[in-house]
Amino acid sequence: MYDFEYHKPGSLADAVKLLSADPDARPISGGQTLLPALKHRLNKPTSVVDLSGIAELKGIKKEGNKLVIGALAKHFEVATSPEVKAAIPALAQMAGTIGDTQVRNRGTIGGSVANNDPAADYPSAVLGLNATIVTDKRRIAADDFFQGMFTTALEPGELLVAIEFPIPEKAGYAKMRNPASRYVMAGAFIAKTGGAVRVAINGAGPGVFRQTEMETALAANWSPDAVANIKQDADGLNSDIHGSAEYRAHLVTVMAKRAIAAAG
Amino acid sequence: MPQVTLTVNGKTSTVEVEGRTLLVELLREKLRLTGTHVGCDTSQCGACVVHVDGESVKACTMLALQANGSQITTIEGLAKPDGTLHPMQEAFREYHALQCGFCTPGMVMSAIDLVQKHPDGLSEKEIREGLEGNLCRCTGYHNIVKAIAAAQEVMHGRAQSLAPAAAE
Repeated sequence: MYDFEYHKPGSLADAVKLLSADPDARPISGGQTLLPALKHRLNKPTSVVDLSGIAELKGIKKEGNKLVIGALAKHFEVATSPEVKAAIPALAQMAGTIGDTQVRNRGTIGGSVANNDPAADYPSAVLGLNATIVTDKRRIAADDFFQGMFTTALEPGELLVAIEFPIPEKAGYAKMRNPASRYVMAGAFIAKTGGAVRVAINGAGPGVFRQTEMETALAANWSPDAVANIKQDADGLNSDIHGSAEYRAHLVTVMAKRAIAAAG
Repeated sequence: MPQVTLTVNGKTSTVEVEGRTLLVELLREKLRLTGTHVGCDTSQCGACVVHVDGESVKACTMLALQANGSQITTIEGLAKPDGTLHPMQEAFREYHALQCGFCTPGMVMSAIDLVQKHPDGLSEKEIREGLEGNLCRCTGYHNIVKAIAAAQEVMHGRAQSLAPAAAE
């Protein structure tokens, strides 16, 4: 790992100032993705800005029909939060399956969503629940936020502050993990919110995406049978040593059926 | 050079580090606490697990500076000053829950966090799932799981002493 300077600002304004002043500065909180990437020298920041002391980025609270989760909420906190378990149990369940215990004790929801790894879990919950990303500058709809592999609508120096999840009537998540790395081969987060159905697929493609054919079918008939015969197009899906695009396409339908069964 | 002040196994130290210094490097190379191992250095194997403010953490995937002001417990900090082992250490000894021993410090630290977070007790399946972040290349998992199952009874006060391992 190349050396860098370390800053730990106490406020959001100070963090934004540090990141805006230096285009080669990188934010860090749990560091469960960034530190391994730095060890591989995939990135050479001049400084890292530790967000973990910023109170404005913390907290999980229910506000009316929304659940607001601060960017610094660790996976362990989301998995065990009484508020999350009561409002969106599928989200708590998802958080409890990310990485391993030690990763969940450090990794944060803001880091995972801002990184937008195609094999990450949270992006499908954000897209499937039609969440809103709140940054230090603006509010971004989930449909506009994710822009393909490791790419989001965040601008340089812009920080994810919180995520607002509308509370659904029903939601379920299912994933197939690579048996060695445990990363997602294909996952489906399916939610019915205010009568509207959204199906978000992670792991299978270069970025999280909506499966609209399944959404239409589920709006008419909310049951695993409704999607059983819908075939995901393999074109454009990931194909690597872990699985072909055709295999992942098949998994999408299987995971969608399981997610609906889990949602009840 | 930046400084980090942290309390490791009850002893407070102030150490000069680089921005990039990992917590595990600080523990092993600056404080000479070499019980915490580096297996993979890619956050997968769990040999470097320590407790930071009571939570199990992979010390190879945390900057030393991020631990500033923290309370750290390493494998060296578990036994009492008179040498009495922690119930989890005692269980690993009694159940022969190690072969080469390289993964053992991380296994013990993870196991303690796991048991502490489940006061109602863990099933065998939950113990196995809870050890997802710790790899044993000797594949000695079976006795590790037995040791944790026995240790949780002592740690939660449901047994006065460790159930002896069955002769096999």
